[in-house]
Amino acid sequence: MSVSTHADQSAGRDGAAADGNTPPSARPTPVFLERLRKILPQIGWTLLSVGTFALIWEILWVAGVADPKLLPPPHVFLGDFADQAKFFNTAQRWQIGVSESSGPSPWQAVMITVLSSAMRVFVGISIASILALSVGTAIRYWVAVERLTLPTITLLSPVSPIAWLPVAIFLFGIGNAPAIFMVVIALFFHMTIATINHIDGVNRNLINVARTMGATKYQIYRRVIIPAILPGVFVILRLNLFGAWMVVLIAESTGVGYGLGQVIMLARNTFNPSLVFFCIALIGLLGFTTDWLMRMTQKRVLYWVNDPSGVLRGL
Amino acid sequence: MDSEAKAAPDGPAVSCRGVGKIWAAGTARAHEALKGIDLDVEPGEFVVLLGPSGCGKSTLLYLMAGLEKQTAGVVDYFGDPVTAPSPDRSLIFQETSLFPWLSVWENVSFGLQIRGDSEPERRDAAKQVLRRVGLAEVGTKRPDELSGGMRQRVAVARALAMRPRLLLMDEPFAALDVQTRQKMQDFLLDVWRESAASVVFVTHHIDEAIALADRVCVFTARPGRIKEIVPVDLPRPRDPFAPESEALRRQLTALLKDEVDRAFAEQEGLLEVG
Repeated sequence: MSVSTHADQSAGRDGAAADGNTPPSARPTPVFLERLRKILPQIGWTLLSVGTFALIWEILWVAGVADPKLLPPPHVFLGDFADQAKFFNTAQRWQIGVSESSGPSPWQAVMITVLSSAMRVFVGISIASILALSVGTAIRYWVAVERLTLPTITLLSPVSPIAWLPVAIFLFGIGNAPAIFMVVIALFFHMTIATINHIDGVNRNLINVARTMGATKYQIYRRVIIPAILPGVFVILRLNLFGAWMVVLIAESTGVGYGLGQVIMLARNTFNPSLVFFCIALIGLLGFTTDWLMRMTQKRVLYWVNDPSGVLRGL
Repeated sequence: MDSEAKAAPDGPAVSCRGVGKIWAAGTARAHEALKGIDLDVEPGEFVVLLGPSGCGKSTLLYLMAGLEKQTAGVVDYFGDPVTAPSPDRSLIFQETSLFPWLSVWENVSFGLQIRGDSEPERRDAAKQVLRRVGLAEVGTKRPDELSGGMRQRVAVARALAMRPRLLLMDEPFAALDVQTRQKMQDFLLDVWRESAASVVFVTHHIDEAIALADRVCVFTARPGRIKEIVPVDLPRPRDPFAPESEALRRQLTALLKDEVDRAFAEQEGLLEVG
Protein backbone atom coordinates (compact mmCIF):
# COMPACT_ATOMS: atom_id res chain seq x y z
CA MET A 1 0.00 0.00 0.00
CA SER A 2 2.59 2.43 1.09
CA VAL A 3 4.81 1.39 -1.79
CA SER A 4 2.16 2.10 -4.39
CA THR A 5 1.36 5.44 -2.78
CA HIS A 6 4.96 6.37 -2.99
CA ALA A 7 5.18 5.36 -6.61
CA ASP A 8 2.07 7.36 -7.44
CA GLN A 9 3.47 10.32 -5.68
CA SER A 10 6.73 10.32 -7.52
CA ALA A 11 4.91 9.81 -10.80
CA GLY A 12 2.70 12.78 -10.03
CA ARG A 13 5.70 14.88 -9.15
CA ASP A 14 7.51 13.89 -12.31
CA GLY A 15 4.44 14.86 -14.26
CA ALA A 16 4.34 18.22 -12.58
CA ALA A 17 8.02 18.77 -13.24
CA ALA A 18 7.58 17.86 -16.89
CA ASP A 19 4.66 20.28 -17.23
CA GLY A 20 6.59 22.98 -15.53
CA ASN A 21 10.14 24.13 -15.72
CA THR A 22 12.48 21.33 -16.56
CA PRO A 23 15.79 22.77 -17.63
CA PRO A 24 15.82 22.99 -21.42
CA SER A 25 19.17 21.27 -21.60
CA ALA A 26 17.66 18.09 -20.17
CA ARG A 27 15.97 17.25 -23.48
CA PRO A 28 18.27 17.37 -26.47
CA THR A 29 16.47 16.78 -29.79
CA PRO A 30 12.86 15.56 -29.97
CA VAL A 31 11.43 18.58 -28.17
CA PHE A 32 8.45 18.87 -30.47
CA LEU A 33 7.51 15.19 -30.19
CA GLU A 34 7.95 15.31 -26.42
CA ARG A 35 5.67 18.29 -26.20
CA LEU A 36 3.10 16.67 -28.45
CA ARG A 37 3.18 13.53 -26.36
CA LYS A 38 2.54 15.58 -23.26
CA ILE A 39 -0.22 17.67 -24.74
CA LEU A 40 -2.19 14.94 -26.54
CA PRO A 41 -3.56 13.26 -23.41
CA GLN A 42 -4.53 16.69 -22.10
CA ILE A 43 -6.50 17.42 -25.24
CA GLY A 44 -8.00 13.93 -25.12
CA TRP A 45 -9.24 14.38 -21.57
CA THR A 46 -10.67 17.80 -22.36
CA LEU A 47 -12.60 16.41 -25.32
CA LEU A 48 -13.81 13.48 -23.26
CA SER A 49 -14.96 15.78 -20.48
CA VAL A 50 -16.89 18.08 -22.81
CA GLY A 51 -18.11 15.13 -24.88
CA THR A 52 -19.58 13.38 -21.87
CA PHE A 53 -21.44 16.50 -20.88
CA ALA A 54 -22.81 16.95 -24.41
CA LEU A 55 -23.73 13.27 -24.62
CA ILE A 56 -25.82 13.43 -21.44
CA TRP A 57 -27.59 16.45 -22.85
CA GLU A 58 -28.30 14.66 -26.14
CA ILE A 59 -29.59 11.61 -24.30
CA LEU A 60 -31.92 13.80 -22.30
CA TRP A 61 -33.15 15.27 -25.56
CA VAL A 62 -33.70 11.83 -27.10
CA ALA A 63 -35.51 10.73 -23.96
CA GLY A 64 -37.70 13.80 -24.29
CA VAL A 65 -36.71 15.29 -20.94
CA ALA A 66 -34.96 18.30 -22.45
CA ASP A 67 -37.40 20.40 -24.44
CA PRO A 68 -35.57 21.43 -27.63
CA LYS A 69 -37.39 24.75 -27.63
CA LEU A 70 -35.96 25.67 -24.21
CA LEU A 71 -32.85 23.51 -23.91
CA PRO A 72 -31.80 22.77 -27.49
CA PRO A 73 -29.06 20.10 -27.44
CA PRO A 74 -25.58 20.82 -28.85
CA HIS A 75 -26.21 19.40 -32.31
CA VAL A 76 -29.07 21.85 -32.72
CA PHE A 77 -27.41 25.05 -31.60
CA LEU A 78 -24.02 24.18 -33.08
CA GLY A 79 -25.39 22.50 -36.19
CA ASP A 80 -26.34 25.43 -38.37
CA PHE A 81 -23.46 27.83 -38.05
CA ALA A 82 -24.63 30.22 -40.75
CA ASP A 83 -28.08 30.43 -39.24
CA GLN A 84 -26.62 31.47 -35.90
CA ALA A 85 -24.01 33.70 -37.42
CA LYS A 86 -26.55 35.90 -39.12
CA PHE A 87 -27.30 37.44 -35.76
CA PHE A 88 -23.69 38.45 -35.37
CA ASN A 89 -23.02 41.62 -37.12
CA THR A 90 -22.63 45.26 -36.74
CA ALA A 91 -25.98 46.97 -36.67
CA GLN A 92 -25.96 48.02 -40.31
CA ARG A 93 -28.14 45.16 -41.49
CA TRP A 94 -31.08 46.47 -39.57
CA GLN A 95 -30.78 49.93 -40.94
CA ILE A 96 -33.12 51.05 -43.66
CA GLY A 97 -31.72 50.81 -47.16
CA VAL A 98 -29.03 48.30 -46.29
CA SER A 99 -29.36 44.96 -47.98
CA GLU A 100 -29.56 42.02 -45.64
CA SER A 101 -26.79 40.21 -47.46
CA SER A 102 -24.38 43.13 -47.33
CA GLY A 103 -21.56 43.35 -44.84
CA PRO A 104 -19.18 40.67 -43.67
CA SER A 105 -19.73 36.96 -44.22
CA PRO A 106 -21.17 34.94 -41.31
CA TRP A 107 -17.70 33.72 -40.30
CA GLN A 108 -16.29 37.21 -40.40
CA ALA A 109 -19.22 38.54 -38.43
CA VAL A 110 -18.71 36.01 -35.64
CA MET A 111 -15.00 36.70 -35.58
CA ILE A 112 -15.53 40.47 -35.45
CA THR A 113 -17.91 40.08 -32.54
CA VAL A 114 -15.69 37.69 -30.63
CA LEU A 115 -12.51 39.66 -31.25
CA SER A 116 -14.04 42.95 -30.22
CA SER A 117 -15.20 41.42 -26.94
CA ALA A 118 -11.79 39.84 -26.43
CA MET A 119 -10.07 43.12 -27.24
CA ARG A 120 -12.10 44.92 -24.59
CA VAL A 121 -11.19 42.29 -22.00
CA PHE A 122 -7.52 42.38 -22.98
CA VAL A 123 -7.22 46.16 -22.95
CA GLY A 124 -9.12 46.33 -19.67
CA ILE A 125 -6.90 43.72 -18.06
CA SER A 126 -3.75 45.44 -19.22
CA ILE A 127 -4.82 48.84 -17.94
CA ALA A 128 -6.05 47.38 -14.65
CA SER A 129 -2.84 45.40 -14.04
CA ILE A 130 -0.52 48.32 -14.69
CA LEU A 131 -2.70 50.67 -12.68
CA ALA A 132 -3.11 48.29 -9.75
CA LEU A 133 0.59 47.42 -9.57
CA SER A 134 1.56 51.08 -9.70
CA VAL A 135 -1.00 52.26 -7.17
CA GLY A 136 -0.41 49.32 -4.82
CA THR A 137 3.33 49.83 -4.90
CA ALA A 138 2.99 53.59 -4.48
CA ILE A 139 0.77 53.01 -1.45
CA ARG A 140 3.50 51.02 0.25
CA TYR A 141 6.30 53.23 -1.02
CA TRP A 142 4.91 56.56 0.22
CA VAL A 143 2.95 56.71 3.45
CA ALA A 144 1.20 59.87 2.27
CA VAL A 145 -0.22 58.03 -0.74
CA GLU A 146 -1.43 55.25 1.54
CA ARG A 147 -3.19 57.67 3.89
CA LEU A 148 -4.79 59.52 1.00
CA THR A 149 -5.93 56.63 -1.20
CA LEU A 150 -6.15 53.39 0.76
CA PRO A 151 -9.36 54.22 2.68
CA THR A 152 -11.16 55.08 -0.55
CA ILE A 153 -9.88 51.97 -2.30
CA THR A 154 -10.87 49.75 0.59
CA LEU A 155 -14.28 51.37 0.67
CA LEU A 156 -14.92 50.95 -3.05
CA SER A 157 -13.48 47.45 -3.48
CA PRO A 158 -16.58 45.54 -2.27
CA VAL A 159 -18.87 47.48 -4.62
CA SER A 160 -20.07 45.16 -7.35
CA PRO A 161 -18.83 46.21 -10.79
CA ILE A 162 -22.44 46.04 -11.99
CA ALA A 163 -23.16 49.06 -9.83
CA TRP A 164 -20.62 51.00 -11.86
CA LEU A 165 -22.48 50.35 -15.12
CA PRO A 166 -24.53 53.57 -15.04
CA VAL A 167 -21.38 55.51 -14.19
CA ALA A 168 -19.63 53.94 -17.18
CA ILE A 169 -22.44 55.09 -19.44
CA PHE A 170 -22.59 58.58 -17.88
CA LEU A 171 -18.88 59.02 -18.35
CA PHE A 172 -18.23 57.30 -21.64
CA GLY A 173 -21.56 57.01 -23.39
CA ILE A 174 -21.55 53.98 -25.64
CA GLY A 175 -18.71 52.32 -27.52
CA ASN A 176 -15.59 50.54 -26.39
CA ALA A 177 -14.73 52.90 -23.56
CA PRO A 178 -17.49 52.00 -21.09
CA ALA A 179 -16.88 48.26 -21.55
CA ILE A 180 -13.17 48.69 -20.95
CA PHE A 181 -13.89 50.95 -18.00
CA MET A 182 -16.04 48.19 -16.50
CA VAL A 183 -13.26 45.64 -16.82
CA VAL A 184 -10.76 48.01 -15.23
CA ILE A 185 -13.14 48.72 -12.36
CA ALA A 186 -13.85 45.02 -11.84
CA LEU A 187 -10.14 44.20 -11.52
CA PHE A 188 -8.48 47.33 -10.19
CA PHE A 189 -9.58 47.37 -6.55
CA HIS A 190 -8.97 43.68 -5.88
CA MET A 191 -5.62 43.75 -7.59
CA THR A 192 -4.50 46.86 -5.77
CA ILE A 193 -5.32 45.34 -2.40
CA ALA A 194 -3.71 42.06 -3.46
CA THR A 195 -0.58 43.96 -4.47
CA ILE A 196 -0.39 45.59 -1.06
CA ASN A 197 -0.91 42.27 0.72
CA HIS A 198 1.76 40.60 -1.36
CA ILE A 199 4.21 43.41 -0.70
CA ASP A 200 3.65 42.92 3.02
CA GLY A 201 4.19 39.20 2.58
CA VAL A 202 7.57 39.40 0.85
CA ASN A 203 10.13 37.24 2.62
CA ARG A 204 11.94 39.54 5.06
CA ASN A 205 15.22 37.76 4.43
CA LEU A 206 15.21 38.78 0.77
CA ILE A 207 14.69 42.39 1.75
CA ASN A 208 17.33 42.16 4.45
CA VAL A 209 19.83 40.70 2.01
CA ALA A 210 19.30 43.67 -0.26
CA ARG A 211 19.60 46.04 2.72
CA THR A 212 22.90 44.56 3.86
CA MET A 213 24.16 44.92 0.29
CA GLY A 214 23.51 48.62 0.64
CA ALA A 215 20.41 48.82 -1.56
CA THR A 216 18.36 51.99 -1.47
CA LYS A 217 14.61 51.94 -0.96
CA TYR A 218 14.08 52.36 -4.69
CA GLN A 219 16.47 49.50 -5.46
CA ILE A 220 14.77 47.26 -2.91
CA TYR A 221 11.41 47.88 -4.55
CA ARG A 222 12.67 47.53 -8.09
CA ARG A 223 14.99 44.53 -7.64
CA VAL A 224 13.35 42.59 -4.81
CA ILE A 225 9.77 43.52 -4.03
CA ILE A 226 8.33 43.85 -7.53
CA PRO A 227 9.72 40.53 -8.83
CA ALA A 228 8.76 38.85 -5.57
CA ILE A 229 5.10 39.88 -5.76
CA LEU A 230 4.55 39.29 -9.48
CA PRO A 231 3.60 35.59 -9.19
CA GLY A 232 0.99 36.29 -6.51
CA VAL A 233 -0.48 39.24 -8.37
CA PHE A 234 -0.63 37.16 -11.53
CA VAL A 235 -2.69 34.53 -9.73
CA ILE A 236 -5.14 37.22 -8.65
CA LEU A 237 -5.29 38.38 -12.24
CA ARG A 238 -6.12 34.88 -13.44
CA LEU A 239 -8.79 34.46 -10.78
CA ASN A 240 -10.41 37.72 -11.83
CA LEU A 241 -10.23 36.96 -15.51
CA PHE A 242 -13.63 35.33 -15.52
CA GLY A 243 -15.00 38.32 -13.68
CA ALA A 244 -13.63 40.48 -16.45
CA TRP A 245 -15.42 38.40 -19.08
CA MET A 246 -18.61 38.66 -17.08
CA VAL A 247 -18.65 42.43 -16.81
CA VAL A 248 -17.68 42.88 -20.43
CA LEU A 249 -20.79 40.94 -21.45
CA ILE A 250 -22.92 43.05 -19.17
CA ALA A 251 -21.43 46.26 -20.50
CA GLU A 252 -21.96 45.11 -24.06
CA SER A 253 -25.54 44.14 -23.40
CA THR A 254 -26.35 47.78 -22.73
CA GLY A 255 -25.60 48.81 -26.26
CA VAL A 256 -21.97 49.16 -27.08
CA GLY A 257 -22.73 48.52 -30.72
CA TYR A 258 -21.59 44.96 -31.14
CA GLY A 259 -20.16 42.21 -29.00
CA LEU A 260 -21.10 38.88 -27.50
CA GLY A 261 -23.07 40.50 -24.70
CA GLN A 262 -25.19 42.32 -27.24
CA VAL A 263 -25.92 39.12 -29.15
CA ILE A 264 -26.99 37.42 -25.92
CA MET A 265 -29.30 40.33 -25.16
CA LEU A 266 -30.71 40.01 -28.65
CA ALA A 267 -31.24 36.29 -28.08
CA ARG A 268 -32.99 36.97 -24.81
CA ASN A 269 -35.27 39.61 -26.26
CA THR A 270 -36.18 37.47 -29.25
CA PHE A 271 -36.55 34.30 -27.19
CA ASN A 272 -33.89 32.35 -29.08
CA PRO A 273 -32.44 29.64 -26.75
CA SER A 274 -30.29 28.21 -29.54
CA LEU A 275 -28.52 31.51 -29.94
CA VAL A 276 -28.07 31.80 -26.16
CA PHE A 277 -26.40 28.40 -25.97
CA PHE A 278 -24.33 29.15 -29.05
CA CYS A 279 -23.03 32.26 -27.33
CA ILE A 280 -22.44 30.39 -24.09
CA ALA A 281 -20.36 27.86 -26.01
CA LEU A 282 -18.38 30.68 -27.61
CA ILE A 283 -17.83 32.42 -24.30
CA GLY A 284 -16.71 29.20 -22.66
CA LEU A 285 -14.24 28.58 -25.44
CA LEU A 286 -12.97 32.14 -25.17
CA GLY A 287 -12.57 31.98 -21.42
CA PHE A 288 -10.75 28.69 -21.73
CA THR A 289 -8.42 30.11 -24.38
CA THR A 290 -7.67 33.26 -22.42
CA ASP A 291 -6.91 31.23 -19.31
CA TRP A 292 -4.59 29.02 -21.36
CA LEU A 293 -2.89 32.09 -22.81
CA MET A 294 -2.45 33.50 -19.32
CA ARG A 295 -0.84 30.28 -18.13
CA MET A 296 1.53 30.36 -21.08
CA THR A 297 2.40 33.95 -20.27
CA GLN A 298 2.94 32.97 -16.67
CA LYS A 299 5.41 30.30 -17.70
CA ARG A 300 7.28 32.74 -19.88
CA VAL A 301 7.32 35.80 -17.68
CA LEU A 302 7.42 34.07 -14.31
CA TYR A 303 9.82 31.34 -15.32
CA TRP A 304 11.00 30.76 -11.77
CA VAL A 305 7.61 29.74 -10.41
CA ASN A 306 6.98 26.01 -10.44
CA ASP A 307 3.57 24.88 -11.59
CA PRO A 308 1.96 23.53 -8.43
CA SER A 309 -0.89 21.72 -10.20
CA GLY A 310 -0.58 17.98 -9.85
CA VAL A 311 1.38 18.15 -6.59
CA LEU A 312 -1.51 16.66 -4.64
CA ARG A 313 -2.26 14.02 -7.24
CA GLY A 314 -0.19 11.37 -5.46
CA LEU A 315 -2.16 11.53 -2.22
CA MET B 1 35.75 53.26 25.71
CA ASP B 2 36.36 56.44 23.75
CA SER B 3 40.04 55.67 23.48
CA GLU B 4 39.15 52.27 22.04
CA ALA B 5 36.89 53.86 19.49
CA LYS B 6 39.67 56.07 18.20
CA ALA B 7 42.17 53.24 17.77
CA ALA B 8 40.28 52.13 14.67
CA PRO B 9 42.40 49.67 12.65
CA ASP B 10 43.99 47.88 15.61
CA GLY B 11 40.86 47.70 17.74
CA PRO B 12 38.25 44.97 17.66
CA ALA B 13 36.16 44.45 14.54
CA VAL B 14 32.97 44.58 16.55
CA SER B 15 32.65 46.01 19.99
CA CYS B 16 29.43 45.76 22.00
CA ARG B 17 29.12 47.67 25.26
CA GLY B 18 26.06 47.33 27.47
CA VAL B 19 23.90 46.42 24.47
CA GLY B 20 20.22 45.80 25.14
CA LYS B 21 17.21 45.36 22.92
CA ILE B 22 13.57 45.56 23.91
CA TRP B 23 11.15 44.57 21.15
CA ALA B 24 7.98 46.63 20.82
CA ALA B 25 9.25 48.93 23.56
CA GLY B 26 6.57 50.98 25.26
CA THR B 27 3.71 48.68 24.28
CA ALA B 28 1.92 45.92 26.13
CA ARG B 29 3.77 43.32 24.08
CA ALA B 30 7.18 44.68 25.00
CA HIS B 31 9.73 42.06 25.86
CA GLU B 32 13.40 42.22 26.50
CA ALA B 33 15.50 40.20 24.06
CA LEU B 34 19.00 41.27 25.07
CA LYS B 35 20.46 42.81 28.16
CA GLY B 36 23.89 44.15 29.04
CA ILE B 37 25.88 42.50 26.25
CA ASP B 38 29.63 43.21 26.37
CA LEU B 39 31.49 41.49 23.59
CA ASP B 40 34.50 42.20 21.41
CA VAL B 41 35.11 40.33 18.17
CA GLU B 42 38.73 40.64 17.05
CA PRO B 43 39.62 40.99 13.36
CA GLY B 44 39.88 37.55 11.83
CA GLU B 45 38.28 35.87 14.82
CA PHE B 46 35.59 33.18 14.66
CA VAL B 47 33.03 33.74 17.42
CA VAL B 48 30.07 31.43 17.93
CA LEU B 49 26.96 32.62 19.77
CA LEU B 50 25.42 29.56 21.39
CA GLY B 51 22.14 29.51 23.23
CA PRO B 52 18.63 28.11 23.48
CA SER B 53 16.07 29.12 20.85
CA GLY B 54 14.65 32.58 21.34
CA CYS B 55 17.48 33.79 23.56
CA GLY B 56 18.19 36.82 21.41
CA LYS B 57 21.40 35.68 19.77
CA SER B 58 19.99 36.35 16.31
CA THR B 59 18.87 39.74 17.54
CA LEU B 60 22.47 40.56 18.44
CA LEU B 61 23.48 39.55 14.92
CA TYR B 62 20.87 41.88 13.43
CA LEU B 63 22.15 44.71 15.61
CA MET B 64 25.70 44.09 14.40
CA ALA B 65 24.45 44.05 10.80
CA GLY B 66 22.66 47.34 11.38
CA LEU B 67 19.28 45.93 10.39
CA GLU B 68 17.82 46.70 13.81
CA LYS B 69 18.57 49.39 16.36
CA GLN B 70 19.56 48.55 19.94
CA THR B 71 17.59 50.17 22.75
CA ALA B 72 20.60 50.43 25.08
CA GLY B 73 24.36 50.55 24.79
CA VAL B 74 26.58 50.91 21.73
CA VAL B 75 27.64 48.62 18.88
CA ASP B 76 30.85 49.76 17.21
CA TYR B 77 32.31 48.43 13.99
CA PHE B 78 36.02 49.16 13.69
CA GLY B 79 35.52 52.10 16.02
CA ASP B 80 32.45 53.63 14.35
CA PRO B 81 28.94 53.16 15.69
CA VAL B 82 26.75 50.94 13.56
CA THR B 83 23.83 52.98 12.24
CA ALA B 84 22.80 51.29 9.00
CA PRO B 85 23.48 48.08 7.08
CA SER B 86 26.70 48.01 5.11
CA PRO B 87 28.09 45.72 2.40
CA ASP B 88 31.18 45.40 4.58
CA ARG B 89 29.15 43.30 7.03
CA SER B 90 27.41 40.46 5.22
CA LEU B 91 24.57 38.53 6.78
CA ILE B 92 23.76 34.94 5.82
CA PHE B 93 20.41 33.51 6.82
CA GLN B 94 19.15 30.12 7.88
CA GLU B 95 16.58 29.67 5.16
CA THR B 96 17.36 30.08 1.55
CA SER B 97 17.52 33.75 0.87
CA LEU B 98 18.51 33.53 -2.77
CA PHE B 99 16.36 35.43 -5.23
CA PRO B 100 14.44 32.71 -7.07
CA TRP B 101 14.05 34.80 -10.22
CA LEU B 102 17.79 35.33 -10.67
CA SER B 103 20.29 32.79 -11.90
CA VAL B 104 23.08 31.71 -9.58
CA TRP B 105 25.63 34.14 -10.98
CA GLU B 106 23.12 36.99 -10.90
CA ASN B 107 22.42 36.17 -7.27
CA VAL B 108 26.10 36.16 -6.44
CA SER B 109 26.65 39.50 -8.12
CA PHE B 110 23.48 41.10 -6.75
CA GLY B 111 25.40 43.37 -4.39
CA LEU B 112 27.70 44.45 -7.20
CA GLN B 113 24.70 45.37 -9.28
CA ILE B 114 23.34 47.42 -6.40
CA ARG B 115 26.73 49.12 -6.26
CA GLY B 116 26.49 49.87 -9.97
CA ASP B 117 29.17 47.62 -11.46
CA SER B 118 28.94 46.87 -15.17
CA GLU B 119 27.77 43.49 -16.38
CA PRO B 120 31.20 42.17 -17.55
CA GLU B 121 32.67 43.14 -14.18
CA ARG B 122 29.87 41.34 -12.41
CA ARG B 123 30.23 38.22 -14.53
CA ASP B 124 33.94 38.10 -13.81
CA ALA B 125 33.52 38.65 -10.09
CA ALA B 126 30.74 36.05 -9.88
CA LYS B 127 32.85 33.51 -11.75
CA GLN B 128 35.77 34.02 -9.38
CA VAL B 129 33.71 33.78 -6.23
CA LEU B 130 31.80 30.75 -7.48
CA ARG B 131 35.08 29.02 -8.22
CA ARG B 132 36.16 29.74 -4.66
CA VAL B 133 33.10 28.00 -3.24
CA GLY B 134 33.48 25.11 -5.68
CA LEU B 135 30.43 25.93 -7.79
CA ALA B 136 32.06 27.21 -10.96
CA GLU B 137 29.79 25.06 -13.13
CA VAL B 138 26.37 26.11 -11.90
CA GLY B 139 26.46 29.84 -12.65
CA THR B 140 23.60 29.77 -15.14
CA LYS B 141 21.29 27.54 -13.12
CA ARG B 142 18.45 28.82 -11.04
CA PRO B 143 18.46 28.40 -7.24
CA ASP B 144 15.62 25.86 -7.19
CA GLU B 145 17.71 23.54 -9.35
CA LEU B 146 20.34 23.27 -6.60
CA SER B 147 20.46 21.20 -3.43
CA GLY B 148 20.13 22.83 -0.03
CA GLY B 149 23.86 22.70 0.65
CA MET B 150 24.71 24.18 -2.74
CA ARG B 151 22.22 26.98 -2.18
CA GLN B 152 23.85 27.91 1.10
CA ARG B 153 27.22 27.89 -0.63
CA VAL B 154 25.82 30.29 -3.20
CA ALA B 155 24.57 32.46 -0.33
CA VAL B 156 28.09 32.43 1.14
CA ALA B 157 29.49 33.29 -2.30
CA ARG B 158 27.08 36.20 -2.58
CA ALA B 159 28.29 37.51 0.76
CA LEU B 160 31.95 37.01 -0.18
CA ALA B 161 31.51 38.85 -3.47
CA MET B 162 31.25 42.06 -1.47
CA ARG B 163 34.61 41.30 0.20
CA PRO B 164 33.21 41.87 3.68
CA ARG B 165 35.43 42.15 6.73
CA LEU B 166 32.70 40.64 8.88
CA LEU B 167 30.51 37.65 8.11
CA LEU B 168 27.37 37.35 10.21
CA MET B 169 25.77 33.93 9.99
CA ASP B 170 22.35 33.16 11.45
CA GLU B 171 22.17 29.36 11.82
CA PRO B 172 23.12 29.02 8.16
CA PHE B 173 23.32 25.23 8.18
CA ALA B 174 20.34 24.49 10.43
CA ALA B 175 18.16 23.25 7.58
CA LEU B 176 20.79 20.85 6.23
CA ASP B 177 21.23 17.18 7.03
CA VAL B 178 24.07 16.15 9.33
CA GLN B 179 26.52 14.99 6.64
CA THR B 180 26.01 18.06 4.46
CA ARG B 181 26.32 20.22 7.53
CA GLN B 182 29.74 18.80 8.38
CA LYS B 183 30.91 19.35 4.82
CA MET B 184 29.64 22.91 4.96
CA GLN B 185 31.47 23.54 8.23
CA ASP B 186 34.77 22.45 6.67
CA PHE B 187 33.98 24.56 3.65
CA LEU B 188 33.21 27.58 5.83
CA LEU B 189 36.49 27.21 7.71
CA ASP B 190 38.39 27.15 4.42
CA VAL B 191 36.61 30.24 3.19
CA TRP B 192 37.16 32.00 6.48
CA ARG B 193 40.88 31.24 6.52
CA GLU B 194 41.27 32.53 2.97
CA SER B 195 39.25 35.69 3.43
CA ALA B 196 40.70 36.72 6.82
CA ALA B 197 37.27 38.13 7.73
CA SER B 198 35.81 37.92 11.21
CA VAL B 199 32.88 35.58 11.62
CA VAL B 200 30.03 35.77 14.11
CA PHE B 201 28.09 32.55 13.86
CA VAL B 202 24.79 31.86 15.61
CA THR B 203 23.82 28.28 16.38
CA HIS B 204 22.13 26.16 19.00
CA HIS B 205 24.22 23.13 18.11
CA ILE B 206 26.98 22.42 20.59
CA ASP B 207 28.91 20.23 18.14
CA GLU B 208 28.83 22.95 15.54
CA ALA B 209 30.18 25.45 18.05
CA ILE B 210 33.04 23.12 19.00
CA ALA B 211 33.90 22.43 15.38
CA LEU B 212 34.08 26.06 14.36
CA ALA B 213 34.71 28.54 17.13
CA ASP B 214 37.74 30.39 18.46
CA ARG B 215 35.46 31.46 21.28
CA VAL B 216 31.96 30.30 22.21
CA CYS B 217 29.62 32.81 23.85
CA VAL B 218 26.98 30.93 25.80
CA PHE B 219 23.75 32.90 26.13
CA THR B 220 21.20 32.81 28.94
CA ALA B 221 17.50 32.42 28.19
CA ARG B 222 15.52 35.62 27.88
CA PRO B 223 16.51 38.24 28.28
CA GLY B 224 19.63 37.10 26.48
CA ARG B 225 22.81 37.76 28.35
CA ILE B 226 26.27 36.37 27.88
CA LYS B 227 26.59 33.73 30.57
CA GLU B 228 30.09 32.65 29.80
CA ILE B 229 32.68 32.96 27.06
CA VAL B 230 34.46 29.66 26.49
CA PRO B 231 37.69 29.77 24.45
CA VAL B 232 38.32 26.79 22.18
CA ASP B 233 42.08 26.43 21.81
CA LEU B 234 42.14 23.32 19.66
CA PRO B 235 44.00 23.10 16.35
CA ARG B 236 41.87 22.71 13.25
CA PRO B 237 40.74 20.39 11.75
CA ARG B 238 39.22 19.28 14.99
CA ASP B 239 38.45 15.74 15.99
CA PRO B 240 34.95 15.77 17.48
CA PHE B 241 35.80 12.63 19.47
CA ALA B 242 39.08 13.83 21.01
CA PRO B 243 39.06 14.03 24.80
CA GLU B 244 39.38 17.83 24.68
CA SER B 245 36.29 18.04 22.51
CA GLU B 246 34.45 15.71 24.87
CA ALA B 247 35.36 17.89 27.83
CA LEU B 248 34.16 21.00 26.00
CA ARG B 249 30.97 19.28 24.98
CA ARG B 250 30.30 18.36 28.60
CA GLN B 251 31.03 21.88 29.77
CA LEU B 252 28.82 23.56 27.13
CA THR B 253 26.02 21.03 27.62
CA ALA B 254 25.99 21.76 31.34
CA LEU B 255 25.96 25.51 30.72
CA LEU B 256 23.10 25.22 28.26
CA LYS B 257 21.05 22.75 30.25
CA ASP B 258 20.49 25.24 33.07
CA GLU B 259 19.23 27.78 30.55
CA VAL B 260 16.94 25.41 28.72
CA ASP B 261 15.51 24.23 32.06
CA ARG B 262 14.96 27.81 33.12
CA ALA B 263 13.32 28.70 29.82
CA PHE B 264 10.96 25.75 30.16
CA ALA B 265 10.13 26.58 33.75
CA GLU B 266 9.41 30.15 32.74
CA GLN B 267 7.15 29.07 29.91
CA GLU B 268 5.25 26.74 32.19
CA GLY B 269 4.92 29.52 34.75
CA LEU B 270 3.56 31.77 32.03
CA LEU B 271 1.08 29.10 31.05
CA GLU B 272 -0.16 28.74 34.62
CA VAL B 273 -0.61 32.45 35.00
CA GLY B 274 -2.25 32.73 31.59
